[in-house]
Amino acid sequence: MNDLVLSLFRLGFLVLIWLLVLSIVGAMRRDLAIGARARTGAPSARALKKNPELAEPEVSTRKAASTLHIVEGPLAGRSIPLQGEPIMFGRAQDATVVLEDDYASGRHARLFPQGSRWFIEDLGSTNGTFVGDSQLTRAQPVEPGQRIRIGKTVLELKA
Amino acid sequence: MSELHTAPVPRRNLELVLLLLALSVGAAAFFLVGSSSDANDNTDFFVQTGILAGLALLMHIMLRIFAKYADPVILPITVALNSLGLAMIHRIDLAKTTDQSMRQLLWTAIAVIIAAVVLWAIRDHRMLRRFTYIALLASIILLLLPMIPGFGVTINGARIWVRLGPFSMQPGELAKITLSIFFAGYLSSNRDLILMAGRKLGPLQLPRLRDMAPMVVAWVLSIGVLVVQRDLGSSILFFGLFIVMIYVATARISWVLIGLLMVAAGGVFAATTMSHVTRRIDVWLNAFSPEIYQARGGSMQIVEGLFGMADGGLFGTGLGEGSPYRVPLANSDMIIASFGEEIGLIGLSAIVLLYMLLISRGLRAALGSRDTFGKLLAAGLSFTLGLQCVVIIGGVSRLIPLTGLATPFMAAGGSSLLANWIIVALLLMISHNSRRPMLGGVGPTDEVATPGAMTTKAVKNV
Repeated sequence: MNDLVLSLFRLGFLVLIWLLVLSIVGAMRRDLAIGARARTGAPSARALKKNPELAEPEVSTRKAASTLHIVEGPLAGRSIPLQGEPIMFGRAQDATVVLEDDYASGRHARLFPQGSRWFIEDLGSTNGTFVGDSQLTRAQPVEPGQRIRIGKTVLELKA
Repeated sequence: MSELHTAPVPRRNLELVLLLLALSVGAAAFFLVGSSSDANDNTDFFVQTGILAGLALLMHIMLRIFAKYADPVILPITVALNSLGLAMIHRIDLAKTTDQSMRQLLWTAIAVIIAAVVLWAIRDHRMLRRFTYIALLASIILLLLPMIPGFGVTINGARIWVRLGPFSMQPGELAKITLSIFFAGYLSSNRDLILMAGRKLGPLQLPRLRDMAPMVVAWVLSIGVLVVQRDLGSSILFFGLFIVMIYVATARISWVLIGLLMVAAGGVFAATTMSHVTRRIDVWLNAFSPEIYQARGGSMQIVEGLFGMADGGLFGTGLGEGSPYRVPLANSDMIIASFGEEIGLIGLSAIVLLYMLLISRGLRAALGSRDTFGKLLAAGLSFTLGLQCVVIIGGVSRLIPLTGLATPFMAAGGSSLLANWIIVALLLMISHNSRRPMLGGVGPTDEVATPGAMTTKAVKNV
């Protein structure tokens, strides 16, 4: 093949590989954008209309929870003050709240503060953790009054 | 660990466009290699391009079916790197009349098919959490396999291979995946303990001694790999992986400091007492002294690589026009130097950028993941890829001592290719699970992690 053509092809190859890099960066620009286009903050009205699941519950009416009540189960009637530290539930002796419950796992679930809210996260328990009637699949915020069930124990946050 | 919300869009069509671009980069590389003035033999062009395109499309279709919301740029980057590697291996083949590239193509096919099977069989990465301790056991077995007499073989001074009939494998390559699964599973369950227990010493919170146990295990494992198998690269990889994962899990700088101190202690010990490590460091520091250049196992390889890259300059000699075959292991350990010579700094920086983009997408999947296990696993796996690149590219460019780690997706070698494709499959799966829409707001029941947990029937823990 002609040397000149081949040299042009080689240059073209370098252009092509950079074209690939730049189009990948271009495809990611939505993630790279900081500011108006980034979706990490409060979603815009238009984004909300398109994706209702991005909506956060109203913040202003919520009061920070201060105590955790044990409603049902072996420890029923007890309450634990929430002091901004994470709380671990389980049968293991090192849990913050030790549950004497055969249906609870050693390290069952964890309640932790983030911002002004408390989140509950399942730590890979055998029987799962429930908020209301639905089983946890990821860390999820809990509001005062929602019932959290771990084995035979039912917990509730109070403001 | 905060959660990022992005609008759920599948973006598979974007992936297809980028994939075609990546394949055309590969095809162009094959074409240039085949039509270089020395070779002028383009018979393999259609075979290579066709097989690679077929495999890439297979993976793309699997993603459309099983992981619709997976990250759209991971697969194109991987395909581009893999095909560039194949082209360079083929180029070295043409110069040396060996037949490594067909083997590599076969391994690529095996790796892509296994990655597709992983995608199909696992679906949800959270299932892997159940295998936390099995993964630890598997890692130990995989690392010990080459030590079995008659089964393991020593190649280039490192006893990290096993021979299975006509195939030889590096089981340690797979151990980096199983170890990531173990660390992710262990740390996601025990994070609180490690975080809360322990004494405070000034600004540092020291962990309790018994929480240190897994760290000590990891340290012993990596030092053991170094001492017994004489494999410095994997040793650095395993320990680095553990330090990063524990830092990601706890955000405690004290762990990193303790880890680095342990590395420093082990490193100084190894550098002063172990002959192969001492030689590596000597070769690194005094690469250009004539007696080290001429010594057996001396700096000839790395210095020839540097000369090659210098010869390539900014634009490179052109694929097929340089002489990268003068460097020993030009198609595996030194493949980066071969690229530096033939496509120059401009091309090489594009390759490095592709690696960076791939790793950043892995970390992005970790950031978006909704569960701790997924976060840790994605961070660990992407870091594995990153550390491999740093160790080998740093070694080839004489930034750090050269150790034999495989350049991900490019270097000739089946086990590494297989392991890295499985890593990509796992990252794609995690990014799919982190980007797909959560139906009905919070905690829907159809999002249950595992079929076992789907049943509401309670299981008694005894």
